[in-house]
Amino acid sequence: MGRLNRLFKNEQFHYHLMLLPIFVLFTLFHVFPLYGIVLAFKSFIPTKGILGSPWVGMMHYRFLLENPEVWHVLRNTLLISVGKLITMLIVPIFLALMLNELRIQWVKRSVQVITYLPHFLSWVILAGVFKDILSAQGVINMILERVFGAEAISFLGSNFWFRPIMIISNVWKEMGFSTVIYLAALTSINPALYEAAEIDGASRFQRLWHISIPGIAIVIALLATLSLNGILYAGFDQIYNLYNVLVYDTGDVIETWVFRNGLVGAQYEMGTAVGFINSLIGLSLIAITYTLAYRFANYRIF
Amino acid sequence: MVISRTFGSRAFDGFLLLFMVLISIITLFPIVHTIAISFSNPAAAGSGVVTVFPKAFTLEAYKGVMDDKQFFVSLWVTVERIAATLALSTIITYLGAFPFSRETKDFKMRNIYLWTILIISSFNGGIIPNFLNAKNLGLYDNFWILVLPYLFNFGNILLVFNFWRNLPKELDDCSNMDGAGPWVKLFYIYLPMSLPVLATISLFTIVNTWNEYFQAIVYINKTHLVPLQTYLQQIVVLIDPTKPEEIGQGGSFSKVSNQTLSAAKITLTMLPILFIYPMLQRYFIHGITLGSVKE
Repeated sequence: MGRLNRLFKNEQFHYHLMLLPIFVLFTLFHVFPLYGIVLAFKSFIPTKGILGSPWVGMMHYRFLLENPEVWHVLRNTLLISVGKLITMLIVPIFLALMLNELRIQWVKRSVQVITYLPHFLSWVILAGVFKDILSAQGVINMILERVFGAEAISFLGSNFWFRPIMIISNVWKEMGFSTVIYLAALTSINPALYEAAEIDGASRFQRLWHISIPGIAIVIALLATLSLNGILYAGFDQIYNLYNVLVYDTGDVIETWVFRNGLVGAQYEMGTAVGFINSLIGLSLIAITYTLAYRFANYRIF
Repeated sequence: MVISRTFGSRAFDGFLLLFMVLISIITLFPIVHTIAISFSNPAAAGSGVVTVFPKAFTLEAYKGVMDDKQFFVSLWVTVERIAATLALSTIITYLGAFPFSRETKDFKMRNIYLWTILIISSFNGGIIPNFLNAKNLGLYDNFWILVLPYLFNFGNILLVFNFWRNLPKELDDCSNMDGAGPWVKLFYIYLPMSLPVLATISLFTIVNTWNEYFQAIVYINKTHLVPLQTYLQQIVVLIDPTKPEEIGQGGSFSKVSNQTLSAAKITLTMLPILFIYPMLQRYFIHGITLGSVKE
């Protein structure tokens, strides 16, 4: 009884008690799956289980390296994710600077409410919306036809258009929401700077160029650095819901390829091998970007 | 700020206003268009003349949804899923955030745990080890696979404990002096002050759970366990509306087309987000900016 009493008086014990549910969930859904990674080096025989299946060394990796489809998929992933990275850096900064210049407060608030909205809608809903407006009989094609006399384009069935559409629709969905952090940074700039510049005769544009942009430069550099983490993720939800057989050539990315071949096609070892490499690269990217962010912007995760 | 009234400045204001109107139209157009399609006559909708107002207004598409039993079964699955996720994840997040909000000298394992969680959760074998693991746990075709993996959300925990770290230090010192233990602090001192951040994470949880569709694609085979977004994904996204043989489920073609029926289902699925979003908006800017600022 005495030992139990001492345990209850110890604050550390209570902290651990509070963390108990998290430990259980974390073990079940994050730690347990780790041992499944050995599949990348085994030949899976379902009746023998993961542990009982024979080792095959680097066989799956040799196969992947020799498979031209894999290089294709990697190229698609990088093209789409880099496109998104660049646009999602430029457009939200521009929008935030413009919003910051608005003098009528209710207009600013309304535009914020409107542009944040798509962030909260799922890609399932938006895929339904975009498939409709981008179809051959859709409203975009009707406008193009009436105004320019152009022939109907099947946007989502075209290898030329698919990647640009992924990048543009992503900007459409996320541009407003991504301004939050820049707007917060802009409000923290000392207003005296603007007043002083105005007295010196600086124009609106000069104030924007010499005060606003340098004022958020650190935040820009920080977000640019951290966004590198996502370079191997081109956006599964968006692509999975919008692509189809016609655009596998340009639209198939690592995650969709792993899902289609690895899980649906039951090539478990191949899918795990890709997932494992992806994780390794992802982990190193996180380590690198967080170190850089800490060094240069004094950013800490916690 | 002193308001200057030069010509250049006014022209700039005019340009800004025009730009903002344009941005708003571009953002709203696809959404408004879909709603307009759902209220339009199928023939008008199919010929591309509907833009932002319905043509030949009709409610047939919505009557079509009413006849669709699976829509309501899936809606109920989503409601149950949200209730379970919300209740459990709020408790787990709130309890877990407390030890992590302590200084390292008060909770010695703090940094070790945080780094372990961060590293392990950013390193995993991807979808296949997770799938085999969940199958081993007996969670295939089980309602709880839709809930359990979502209960531990590191981002939400981070948000709550950073919120606490921005509260005045004296609060903690005073309660220590009065001899309050961790549980007393948690429920009598922090709880009443934490309502804004709890509202933020609750609304995030509701929106995320409502929008989640992928888990059921991988783990659920029984139709009575399919959530609404997954159901929508299967009928709206996977079915190609240009193929005639796939048109006409849930009504005759003359009255309600696949296109207007889909638009009605999309609109109905969007509705809760459109309702909850204004509430969310009020909290999240405050919540995010506070939660991301470190001392």
